[in-house]
Amino acid sequence: MIRILRQILRTGIVTCKCPQIDDPNIRVTGINLENSVKKRFRRSLSVREVDSGSCNGCELEIHAINNPVYDCEKLGIHFTASPRFADVLLVTGPVTKNMEIALKRTYDAVPSPKIVIAVGDCGCNGGIFGESYASLGGIDKVIPVNIYIPGCPPTPTDILNGFYKIFL
Amino acid sequence: MNGLANALMASFGKDVVADENATPATFTVPAERFADAANILRESYAFLCAEWAADDTNSGRGYSVYACYRAGSEYLIVRAELSRDNPEFPSLVKHFVPAYRFERQIRSLMGVIPSGHPDSRPWIKFEDWPEDAWPLRKSFDAATKMPRLDGQYAWLRAEGEGVYEIPVGPVHAGIIEPGHFRFQAVGETIINLEERLGYVHKGIEKRFESMTWETAVKLAGRVSGDTTVAHSMAYCMALESMTHSDVPVRAKWLRALFLERERIANHIGDIGAICNDAAFAFMIYQCSRLKEVMIANNLKLFGHRFMMDRVIPGGVTVDIDAAAKQEILTELDYLSEQFDVIVRIYEESSSLEDRVRNTGILTSELARELCTVGIVARASGLNVDCRVHNPFPPYDSIGIVSPVLTAGDVHARVWVRVEEIRDSIRLIRRILGQIPHSPIAARCNTPLPETTGFAAVEGWRGEIIYWLACGQKGEINRCMVRDPSSVNWLALEQAIKGNIVPDFPLCNKSFNQSYSGHDL
Repeated sequence: MIRILRQILRTGIVTCKCPQIDDPNIRVTGINLENSVKKRFRRSLSVREVDSGSCNGCELEIHAINNPVYDCEKLGIHFTASPRFADVLLVTGPVTKNMEIALKRTYDAVPSPKIVIAVGDCGCNGGIFGESYASLGGIDKVIPVNIYIPGCPPTPTDILNGFYKIFL
Repeated sequence: MNGLANALMASFGKDVVADENATPATFTVPAERFADAANILRESYAFLCAEWAADDTNSGRGYSVYACYRAGSEYLIVRAELSRDNPEFPSLVKHFVPAYRFERQIRSLMGVIPSGHPDSRPWIKFEDWPEDAWPLRKSFDAATKMPRLDGQYAWLRAEGEGVYEIPVGPVHAGIIEPGHFRFQAVGETIINLEERLGYVHKGIEKRFESMTWETAVKLAGRVSGDTTVAHSMAYCMALESMTHSDVPVRAKWLRALFLERERIANHIGDIGAICNDAAFAFMIYQCSRLKEVMIANNLKLFGHRFMMDRVIPGGVTVDIDAAAKQEILTELDYLSEQFDVIVRIYEESSSLEDRVRNTGILTSELARELCTVGIVARASGLNVDCRVHNPFPPYDSIGIVSPVLTAGDVHARVWVRVEEIRDSIRLIRRILGQIPHSPIAARCNTPLPETTGFAAVEGWRGEIIYWLACGQKGEINRCMVRDPSSVNWLALEQAIKGNIVPDFPLCNKSFNQSYSGHDL
C-alpha cells in the first residue's frame, strides 16, 4: 500500500491543459439546445460510445481522452455503459451492414435531446472502406449526425474540440 | 528445415506437384486428397496457420483452396484446384480444430463447400444475407446493395435444471469493438460460451482487389488500427517477396523499431486494462499515462501517434536523426524505471493476485490443439514467435528473448507481456546503437501476373500472415489476411469454461483479440 501511495504522490498531476480551438475541420449541423441545457451539459455530459465498424484506431484515441493526460472527466464528460443514461452518442464507423440494426437500436434507446458525434474519417464518410456490400458508409447514412470529427484517427485534442462544439 | 515438405512428398509421391517459384514451398495435391495431406502434416507436428480459397475464374480456371502449415521455422502451403461448377473439398476439421472457422468462412464468403464439416451455419456473413451472395467471388460486384432477409442464428443451447443464458453484445458496456457472446451458466459457473463475430465485417479482402499495389498498404494499415505497423509490414513484405524487391537495410531496422514501439505501447495499455477489470484502478491510470508518453513521442518523432502509413512497399517514410535517437533513449530510461515500479506493485498486491492466478486457464494441450499464436500461445507453453523462427533483419542479429510460460492463466498472459516489454526496450536500445546507414526506401517492383507472395510478421498479438496473388492483368487477384485473432478467439471459448461469469471481462481482456482483424 505504501508503495502505491508513494507512486501516486511521486507522479503528481499529469493532466495537460487541452487547447480549446474552434477547429474549422469539425463540422456542426443542427444542434438546437436551449442555453439552460447547454449550461447543464457543460458540467455533466454522459457519453455512450458505439463502434459501428471501426478498425479500433479511433477507439484507442477515445480511450486516450479518458487517460490522466487528457482526462475528459475534468470537463464533465463521462462515459456511460447504457445508452439510456446518455446525452451523446459517440460513433465510430463506417457503419457495417451487420451493425446497422444495433446502431439504430442504440440510437433509439438514447433519450432526447440527443447529440450524435461521428468520429474519424470512416465515421464521417466511410473513409478508406467506402461504400460496399458490407459497409454502408458514414454514420449519417443510418442515423442523423450533429458533429463530424475527421481524422485517421482524430487525436484526443481533436475529439475534445469536437465536444466543445456542444457548449458553444 | 523442410521436414514437412519431405513428409508430404514421401507419402504422396506422384500425387503432389511442387510449385518451384512460390515462397513458401507450395504443393498442389488432388482435391480429394486435401485432407490426407493435413493428416500427414499433423503427424509431422505441423500447426495449421490459415486456410482460404481463391477465385481463379478470371484466369480461366475454377477455384483453389489453400492451407498453410507451420512447423518450427518451416512454412508450407498445400493447394488443391476445384472445379468451377461444383467447388468442394474434404474438410480439415477432423485433423485441425481451427479449420472449423476458416472453413465456415470459406463457405460463407466464397461459396466453396467443405464436405464433412459438422457446422453449416454461416460465419461473418449473417443469416439475413441472401444465401447465394458470395462476396469474394469474382462474379460478385462489390457495390451490390445487400438486401436484408429474415433469419436467426441457431445458437447452441444447454438445457437442464438451473441452466440460464446471458446474451452480451454486440454493443458492449465499455469502449470496445462489437461482438456477441452468449453464456450458458449454472449459478455463477459458465458451462459454455459461444462467440458470434462478424459485426465489423467491412469487406476488406474484397476492397483489396479494387486497389493498386501501392495504395493497398493504406488499407492493410487499417485492418486492425492497434496493429497498424505490423499489418502494413506484413503486406509490404509479402509484396516485396513476390516481386523480389530489395529493401534498404536501414529501412528494415526502422521497421523493427516501429514494430517494437507498437508492441510496448499496446502491452502497457493491456496490462493496465487487465488490472482495471479486476478493479485495480491504480494500474490503468499509471499504465495509460506511460502509454501516452510513447504515443505522444511517436507523433513528435514520426508524425503519427500510431505510426500509420509509415511503412510502405520498398521501405519506410520517416528516418531518425541523432536528436531523435537521444529522445527515444531518454524516453526508454524513464519508461523502464517507472515500469519496474508499477510491476513491483502488481506483484505485491495479493488481492489482485487472487483474481489473476488460476483464472481462465488455457492448457498447453488445448493451446496446441487450437494452433494458437502469439502471447496467448506463449503463456500456455508454446514456443512460437516469428521473430525467433523466421527472423528477418535485424532480428537475425540482435537476439530475441521470447518468454514462454506454462501456467496459461490470466497472470501468465500478463507476465508474458511484462517480459516482452522489457525485452523490446532492450531491443530498441540495440537497434538505436547499431542501426546501419543507407537510404530508407527503394523502388518496389511491380508483380508479374500469376505470381504469389507471402509474409509472416510477429505483431504484438502474434503472427500476422499475408498471402497475395497477382491476377493475369497484374492486378490484386486475392489478398488473404490472417490476423492472430482468427485462431485465438477459439481459445477464449475454451479458456472460460468452468470460470465464474464476473471473471469473463478479465479473461477476455487478457486475450484482447481484435474484432476488426478477425471480421475483416
